[in-house]
Amino acid sequence: MVTADTSPAAPAPKAPQTNKLGLTLADYKGSPSTLCDGCGHDAITSQLIKAFWELNVEPHQVAKLSGIGCSSKTPAYFLSRSHGFNSVHGRMPSVATGAYLANHKMIYVGVSGDGDTASIGLGQFCHMIRRNIPIVYVCEDNGVYGLTKGQFSATADQGSKLKDGTANHLNAIDLCGLAIELGCSFVGRSFAGDPKQLVALLKAAISHRGTAILDVISPCVTFNNHEGSSKSYKKVKETDTPLHELGYVPFYEQITVDYQEGEVRTVELHDGSHLQLKKLGQDYDPTDRNAAERAISQAHKEGHLLTGLLYINEESQNFGQVLDMVDTPLSRLKSDELRPPKAALDEIMAALM
Amino acid sequence: MNTLAANSKETIESKGQKINEFSIHVATVNGSGSQSSNTVLMRSIFQMGIPVSGKNLFPSNIMGLPTWFTIRVNKNGYVARTEHVDILVAMNPQTAVEDVKSLPKGAVCISPVELNLDKVRQDVIHYLVPFSQLAVEATENIKLRKLLTNIIYVGVVAHILEIDQAEIDKAIAQQFEGKEKAITLNVNAAMQGRKWAQENIKKIDPFKVERLDKTKGKIIIDGNGAAALGCMFAGVSVVTWYPITPSSSLCEQLIDYLEQYRKDKKTEKATYAVVQAEDELAAVGMALGAGWAGARSMTSTSGPGISLMAEFAGFGYFTEIPTVIFDVQRVGPSTGLPTRTSQADLMATYLLSHGDTKHPVLLPGSVGECFDFALEAFNLAERLQQPVFVLTDLDLGMNNWMSDPFTYPTTPMDRGKVLSKEELEKLGGFSRYKDVDGDGIPYRTIPGTEHPKAAYFTRGSGHNEDALYSERSSDYVNLMDRLNKKTETARKIMPKPVIDKVSGAKVGIIAFGSSDFAVLESRDQLKDAKTPTSYLRLRSLPISQEIVDFVNSHDRVFVVEQNRDAQLQKLIIMDYPELAPKLVPVTHYTGMPIDAQFITDSILKKEQEKK
Ligand SMILES: Cc1ncc(C[n+]2csc(CCOP(=O)(O)OP(=O)(O)O)c2C)c(N)n1
Ligand code: SF4
Ligand SMILES: [Mg+2]
Repeated sequence: MVTADTSPAAPAPKAPQTNKLGLTLADYKGSPSTLCDGCGHDAITSQLIKAFWELNVEPHQVAKLSGIGCSSKTPAYFLSRSHGFNSVHGRMPSVATGAYLANHKMIYVGVSGDGDTASIGLGQFCHMIRRNIPIVYVCEDNGVYGLTKGQFSATADQGSKLKDGTANHLNAIDLCGLAIELGCSFVGRSFAGDPKQLVALLKAAISHRGTAILDVISPCVTFNNHEGSSKSYKKVKETDTPLHELGYVPFYEQITVDYQEGEVRTVELHDGSHLQLKKLGQDYDPTDRNAAERAISQAHKEGHLLTGLLYINEESQNFGQVLDMVDTPLSRLKSDELRPPKAALDEIMAALM
Repeated sequence: MNTLAANSKETIESKGQKINEFSIHVATVNGSGSQSSNTVLMRSIFQMGIPVSGKNLFPSNIMGLPTWFTIRVNKNGYVARTEHVDILVAMNPQTAVEDVKSLPKGAVCISPVELNLDKVRQDVIHYLVPFSQLAVEATENIKLRKLLTNIIYVGVVAHILEIDQAEIDKAIAQQFEGKEKAITLNVNAAMQGRKWAQENIKKIDPFKVERLDKTKGKIIIDGNGAAALGCMFAGVSVVTWYPITPSSSLCEQLIDYLEQYRKDKKTEKATYAVVQAEDELAAVGMALGAGWAGARSMTSTSGPGISLMAEFAGFGYFTEIPTVIFDVQRVGPSTGLPTRTSQADLMATYLLSHGDTKHPVLLPGSVGECFDFALEAFNLAERLQQPVFVLTDLDLGMNNWMSDPFTYPTTPMDRGKVLSKEELEKLGGFSRYKDVDGDGIPYRTIPGTEHPKAAYFTRGSGHNEDALYSERSSDYVNLMDRLNKKTETARKIMPKPVIDKVSGAKVGIIAFGSSDFAVLESRDQLKDAKTPTSYLRLRSLPISQEIVDFVNSHDRVFVVEQNRDAQLQKLIIMDYPELAPKLVPVTHYTGMPIDAQFITDSILKKEQEKK
């Protein structure tokens, strides 16, 4: 670690702030974004950078994956020291599953879009959740296909209008509702315009050891930010209804802030860190699956966008536990661990004679 | 060519007897449990040292539709399918009349007495057996009667062909290993069939077996089982699949073997992961993800699954990720004839995906090669850094074949060009897609490598040597040319063709995969018909340079394959257009395994036309 010389005689240039690994925020950045100025996706990228930096995650222990879309381009814009994988449209969950099986010790972060997830990739999305693959899965949800120039996606709200006035008549697929229904162990929703909430959810998701779904409303400034769109910055600011105020406390820190009895719920995550949920209005219990489903459908009726930690189950078994694999990542096994001895082949051959 | 006949003495045939040379056709109903009886029959003959092969011709159905099992007994070691039936066991009332009508004159028909098949044909030898009555005597359990009827006919056939009872008992014990009650029940029922036959059948047919020593030390296994073993000994650690006939039994057998031989000794934990995926798209996506992250990965499927994998296959080629994809071919297009065999995915796999794409394809021609090539596929995939296909078919994959025991790999695994943390430190970084060694194959790093310069970005979009996004024409052309160079490297390192050049032969034959069995037999027939042939059996794509000399040294070369469009012939012409005038297609696409007579007749007819 570099320590700055603090003698008053020679004031040193201010060294950039480092985390516990001695890395600066810049070390967690990627190549410059090529998305439109003001795109919600870039705001999410910034919070991903911040979350990993603040959590002191070793970049080489992270793998970033995505599908196809503007949103799916973003893994190139953060964590340049992590391996990245921009796969095919809608199929990132399968690639992440395979990578996880090869090395279950890495942290996987998947970035997708609403088209990538809710249309072409809906099947893989569901099966990834069903298997409880440990991954932070961020759906950057703008209600349209940005990269193919603004067609409706399956998360577009009923009645929402395209720029040319075309209205969507179909029901929206609520990815959070679906994920909870499928037994997902961590489900949150946030908004690209609420960095404080988003970074807390991201950190909690990184600390979780199962599939963590984050549906992040991320306005497309080019194709879906107009009057009549239900996913414009303006509209989301109006409808955003946070369930609670979130505070993330890493495992190495004591919970210090004192709240009034009943004012706060604390959820302990796998790695010993905590998520504090400060009550706003109604009390909300994110461990109650039925209540979560009710709250989501109620919010739809009332035209609210519920954000925050919608559901969590820290007891669930992830896929690695189900498969009962050895502790060493499969990709690191030596050839004598992978290839049975000659005696094994002799025994098998004898039985076939 | 070394058929088994070449290194053994002929058996003496006297009094018009046909010894160790005939085929048995058992007609039953799918789901009636006849499979194990037929295996017992086949094994008992094998145990007597006589070369034998078995084929299950089954419908796409679980229960109730007709199914046939053919056993070919052949002292010369010919194991291909033959159209000729000597002995029919007509157990299926639905098809019995048609089955008996199709018999050649003088054949044997064993059938339940109540079917009255002797009224249908008078020019075949009938043995009418009271199977229902025998089954009633065999067990009081009504449910078991149907099953036991199958082993009763084995007893009857054993008597007629003079198969030793001890061999039948041994085969039953192996079939029902560990299930003592089932063994006793089956042994008794087989004995009952034999006893009835001894007392009631007056043998007037010429067929019988006599002990030989041609199967000693040999194994019997299906191609899928052989490939599964190859995968396990290759050290596969991530297996992802979606069930489909005829490939399912590859992964299913692999799972059994892995459970037995690939658990950590101390912890009993798995040194592998198997996932039954939600579809083939996910299966190949997982296999690629695992290959990218450094595991030896594979998936196995058949035609419809191959179609679904198309986009990812091109992705794997373009981003240079190792994995192994098995295609156990069945009849397409579409669902086609799902339980029939074919070689019609040759082009589809070689060129799978949009854009200029070419994949290395291995073409095993025996169960031994299913094992060897499965092993080699993993080395090639990691060496070449791309998906490698292994193309077998239903006939090879699902039927039982005799083979020499497989040999344990003597060479270490080839894990390809992977840079470690230490090497990165020395080099001060690397360019993921740069051709450093001139063989078109770049270096890669495995995710998780503890070095700030280890990371790179994998993308299916255009990229430069440093793996950065690029739409520059020059970067694209560079990349495509280098990938092509890799294909040329593959052409050199993939298994070479097996060539048998016969001096003076004007006619050559080129074939691949399971056609080999029929070609070997056909070449002997052609030799007898004064048409000696040379033979090149192709074992991989891209097509090895050796083919040029082979074709050039013959007047005509027949390209024998089991598809309609002469796909191999077209692929040869694609790479070596100058060979086109000499190549004559012989195509077989009935869904049944190709047989020697078909090849012989086709070649002789075309040779005749030439004259
Ligand atoms: C198989 C396939 N079909 C279609 C496309 C074209 N395509 C590219 S991105 C995209 C939609 C992306 O939408 P979304 O996931 O919402 O991402 P966004 O651009 O809105 O962030 C489509 C249809 C493709 N790349 N692949
Ligand atoms: S088109 Fe929309 S989603 Fe794509 S970069 Fe621009 S603003 Fe973002
Ligand atoms: Mg979108």
